[in-house]
Amino acid sequence: MPNREEILLMAHLMRRAGFGEPRWDLDARAEKGYEAVVEELLHPEEQPAIDDELMYRIFPGYEGAAGPPINQADWVFRMVNTKRPLEEKMALFWHQMFATGNSKVDNPPEMTRQIAMFREFGLGNYRDLLVELAKSPAMIFWLDNHGNHDGAINENWGRELLELFSLGVGNYSEDDIQNAARAFTGWSIAPKIPRNPLGRFFWKFDYKPEDHDEGEKTFLGHTGNLNGEDIMGIIVDQPASPRFLARHLYRFFVADEPSVPSWNTTPPTDPQAIEMLVEAYSESQGDIRSILRVLFNSDFFKNSQFGRVKSPAELIVGTVRMAGSHEGFRPGYNNLALECGWQGQELLNPPSVEGWHTGAAWIDAGALMRRVNFAAGVLGDTSLPGVKSMIRRVRSFGAVSPQQMVAACLDCMGPLNVSDATLRELLTHAIKGGELSWDSEASSKESEAKIGKILTLIAASRDYQFA
Amino acid sequence: MTATKKDPVLVILQLTGANDYLNTIVPYTNPLYWDARPKVNIPQELVLPIDDELAFRSEVESFKAIYDQGNMAIIHGVGFANSPRSHFRAMDIWHTCEPDTIGVDGWVAKVIRDLDPAGENVLKGVNFGQGLPRAMAMRGVPVTSVNNLATYGVFSSVRSLTTEQERTQLLDSFARMYAPAIGTGPTMEYLGQTGLDALKGADVIKLAPERYSSTIEYANNAIAKALKDVAQVHLAGLGTQVFYTSHGPFDTHFDQSGSHAKLWIEISEALESFFSDLREHDASDNVVVMLFSEFGRRVKDNGTGTDHGAAGVAFAIGDAVKGGMYGQYPSLKPEDLSQGDLAPNYDFRGFYASLVDQWMGLDPVPIVGGQFEQMAFV
Repeated sequence: MPNREEILLMAHLMRRAGFGEPRWDLDARAEKGYEAVVEELLHPEEQPAIDDELMYRIFPGYEGAAGPPINQADWVFRMVNTKRPLEEKMALFWHQMFATGNSKVDNPPEMTRQIAMFREFGLGNYRDLLVELAKSPAMIFWLDNHGNHDGAINENWGRELLELFSLGVGNYSEDDIQNAARAFTGWSIAPKIPRNPLGRFFWKFDYKPEDHDEGEKTFLGHTGNLNGEDIMGIIVDQPASPRFLARHLYRFFVADEPSVPSWNTTPPTDPQAIEMLVEAYSESQGDIRSILRVLFNSDFFKNSQFGRVKSPAELIVGTVRMAGSHEGFRPGYNNLALECGWQGQELLNPPSVEGWHTGAAWIDAGALMRRVNFAAGVLGDTSLPGVKSMIRRVRSFGAVSPQQMVAACLDCMGPLNVSDATLRELLTHAIKGGELSWDSEASSKESEAKIGKILTLIAASRDYQFA
Repeated sequence: MTATKKDPVLVILQLTGANDYLNTIVPYTNPLYWDARPKVNIPQELVLPIDDELAFRSEVESFKAIYDQGNMAIIHGVGFANSPRSHFRAMDIWHTCEPDTIGVDGWVAKVIRDLDPAGENVLKGVNFGQGLPRAMAMRGVPVTSVNNLATYGVFSSVRSLTTEQERTQLLDSFARMYAPAIGTGPTMEYLGQTGLDALKGADVIKLAPERYSSTIEYANNAIAKALKDVAQVHLAGLGTQVFYTSHGPFDTHFDQSGSHAKLWIEISEALESFFSDLREHDASDNVVVMLFSEFGRRVKDNGTGTDHGAAGVAFAIGDAVKGGMYGQYPSLKPEDLSQGDLAPNYDFRGFYASLVDQWMGLDPVPIVGGQFEQMAFV
């Protein structure tokens, strides 16, 4: 049997590399061994994918919908039900790093296609991903590259590519921006006929050779008739590139850090961790899977338990996965998608090209109340299958005293480590309720309700806000 | 808190989905209107003339009555250059006052920040609706967003809590779990403070329905309910100076006639109830309601509805408003249209600035992002 430390570590890995795993599935995973599970996560292609045809059936019209909710619901469904948790988590990571917003794109199906591209390329070679990003119609429209012409450049994409997506301020000149923009002239979009006659037109990437600037360009010291692929090849070989990616990965998977615009003045909290990731990048020539392998197996990752504030998507998806309330095809995904927005993370629509502000910035009085009410509402609902399983588990532990009950509940909900203040209050509340008893139907009902209250309080605690 | 009772109050009512300007303020004697709107028009027998040129629709009598009493400013041709026909983008621009870049901070949040720089009153700005509109979002500016005033609060949605006593016990535990604890780290401390703020906000705001009594009966629809909630919080004297709510959907591509009329009848009646309610409590003189929509709709109809347009109409309503028409109704002549749409002739930031400066008494420049022409309607 795996020990408590091993279970805690497995729970940590599954929260960070995925959207959490119910307590009763952790034993089997921990049995396999930590590194073996990391390897499984890194190879999503060995697990079944969610069937796109089936999605079209469940969310009819999501492909061509004009309004975003159905596309957001589609994504939340995938987060909840995926057998490939890291693939889905990486899609969310790239969506945060390469933030593209439906507020301008106004084409939810194209946003969905960008996320699908992240699933496909998100664990592969970094340069390949950047090239796909430059071809993503949603990105082209978001940063105006369809208005970037030979002889009349629009530098929006060139600038953000260097400033926010790959190198960071201080690692390129204004000339480099202009020349990058010139290299991407002609990278445009064209409409495709939609499957849904009332929906948005899909776009396709459309390279227009007649609109491409064939002149000589100098970019970061390289001169020639450079095209977009050449720019990406030069970018990934810059020393700033792996460092920039490493900081993003660290901020998303390890610990809360300030957002990108402050990176050229604020050094990383753990420079050694960044060095390790940079080295993994160099050794693997930008293979994202290899970098993540180093990250998940590192001590700095293993020692970062409960140190990050959950994003709304993590909180919502993690909670319903634990409660077993949304497994498979059932109504309610639209509400989960809307809830993400109400808590401050409207999927497919980050507030700007900088992505969401994370960490403590997720929290304000309104957002916190929604987070607490959502999690407490779901995990305090003793009719849900996952909550029933927790109650059965508490009972099977033979928990009778208030102390035993609280310990068992905390184990079921993570296991979760909580602060002294929280623990004290849980115990106070449990002691008031008295001992559990399963002697009669009436006392069993009462015991279930007592456990439900403790689960409600744990879900409402400060500690539950952390992943 | 009674000292702040007569501070200026702004109620923002957002008409979500793009309201049809032409059928709201109808150019009923202009033949170009009838040419462009063979199907989706306000028929002659249903117009309620304001003057020889413009009219309301007859179903909104109480709205017209506000105008006749001199308490409504109609602001024509509102919008901005290069108006995008995208709801999302256009609404973003209205919310952030950033037409050229993707803005993050909301203009209403900046108003709240300047009214309460220390962030002492979490009820200084209150939104009624789900989630927070971007207009009210800005880091470091605490605002309150209430979906339903009657049930607002921590643990309001926990179905397993069957009695009020159970909820009270859990709330007590919540307060103790979020109490300041030394040495837990800045994020934990911040979470603790924020949790207690949320409790406090909910505690204070629940005084509103408790203190409220009125002879006015509001209709049973979303906007009437929202404005009743606004009235309750305003009358409770909790120091709230900015309210935000929205109504819709105004996105009338299909079958416009019935749905557009229904929305406006609801708004017209809800505003009548709202102002009667405030007057009954002698609390109307410091309230101005503003109405806006992200853009207007196409001049030419599409057979049963109208598509996305550009210029729109905005309103300011209240005892302090100098009623009348402001600005110019944009020309309907084909050569004056912008891609088939009414061309905006008044920047929306000037409309905001007029309210921010002349009504709220704040410097509008940092709030709307520059100097824009103001109008003297308030």
